[in-house]
Amino acid sequence: MSSDEVKLIGAWASPFVMRPRIALNLKSVPYEFLQETFGSKSELLLKSNPVHKKIPVLLHADKPVSESNIIVEYIDETWSSSGSSILPSHPYDRAMARFWAAYIDEKWFVSLRNILKAEGEEEKKAVLAQVEEGNALLEKAFNDCSNGKPFFNGDHIGYLDIAFGCFLGWLRVTELAAGHQLLDEAKTPSLSKWAERFCDDPAVKPVMPETTKLAEFAKKIFAKPRA
Amino acid sequence: MAEKEEVKLLGIWASPFSRRIEMALKLKGIAYDYVEESLDNKSPLLLALNPIHKKVPVLVHNGKAILESHVVLEYIDETWKHNPILPQDPYDRSKARFFAKLVDEQIFNAGFVSMTKAEQQGREDLAEQTRELITYLEKELVGKDFLGGKSVGFLDLVAGSMIPFCLERGWEGMGLQVITDDKFPEYKRWVKNLEKVESVTDCIPPKEKHIEHMNFMVGRFRSS
Repeated sequence: MSSDEVKLIGAWASPFVMRPRIALNLKSVPYEFLQETFGSKSELLLKSNPVHKKIPVLLHADKPVSESNIIVEYIDETWSSSGSSILPSHPYDRAMARFWAAYIDEKWFVSLRNILKAEGEEEKKAVLAQVEEGNALLEKAFNDCSNGKPFFNGDHIGYLDIAFGCFLGWLRVTELAAGHQLLDEAKTPSLSKWAERFCDDPAVKPVMPETTKLAEFAKKIFAKPRA
Repeated sequence: MAEKEEVKLLGIWASPFSRRIEMALKLKGIAYDYVEESLDNKSPLLLALNPIHKKVPVLVHNGKAILESHVVLEYIDETWKHNPILPQDPYDRSKARFFAKLVDEQIFNAGFVSMTKAEQQGREDLAEQTRELITYLEKELVGKDFLGGKSVGFLDLVAGSMIPFCLERGWEGMGLQVITDDKFPEYKRWVKNLEKVESVTDCIPPKEKHIEHMNFMVGRFRSS
């Protein structure tokens, strides 16, 4: 029953965890947030996602759902009569949203993460260029999908907004660390404005971590061990 | 009067990713034009329709291109609603999607790498990793004819096209024993069930030619 207890196993800094949190907020579904400690995995997590042992995991009446984008679809289908639809209604638009979400996870985010891991200027430059290429594709995708409306999904935040927008905090941290703007009015005018609207959305604001807090956390996890 | 639907599929005969689309189209009785692509000589049409990934399958429906096999399967299911391939219940749908991802990511990677390792120990280690992953599907099959339940569904198409009708051919070519009768009785029973479904068997690559092809791909990978 959709009124059964909802829990989400996650961590404040994870963009993947942010996805189902935004979706639950969009559907006004109350849930208990079970914060994992960085560096260790709880018994509940290991039991609920034995295959990958990763967050996020949604527990709905104790039934586990794993993989962030799969959880978002589950939320949309389970609480379909609540709030606006997270996936677009037309099959072609749904296919586009799913295609771009897969691209973001498989290609775009991998490049973004590689910027912080890059050793030396040459490597950093090469990876920055990859991300910028991706941003140009996503700028066009935004213009195509939104059709003049404020979000990828139209009037309201949807699946693709969530799939991409969850990375905005880490994007800002990476820009600061690399000393290079990736998303800005000159290069990606539509995305730049969309990013502001996304972060301001009431479903997003409470779960988007502050850039400074995230930057401190990034320093900790990417800290090179002393020689 | 209904518009004549234009459905075209760009695929590769040996690709499990495009074969599963053929199975879905067949299950739904959808007429389509098939365009055979070549790995080494991609057509201008393919490059125009899928400039980012340059891969098959590409489904073209009334002039619009849909890419990525899972995305295509869901699109087909949502557009032609008869003979549904995804389960109705949201939790079952989430499980089908979860395991489909496991097949195409972890199982595919471990399975393919198990063939390409030069040393026998390396191959055995990867084969063992692959076995551990396939055990999750083994558990899902208990008490069911198919992963989709009583009839072939989304996960059957994904896992079927990938494991028995692709990876197993590669393993046979390498002389690797991965999925054994004693450890995988449910899997074996499932494959026998799949082999009775025309929409599946009509769309699998011919075995001997496929084994030869897999050997060739492994050889090419090893020498690169």
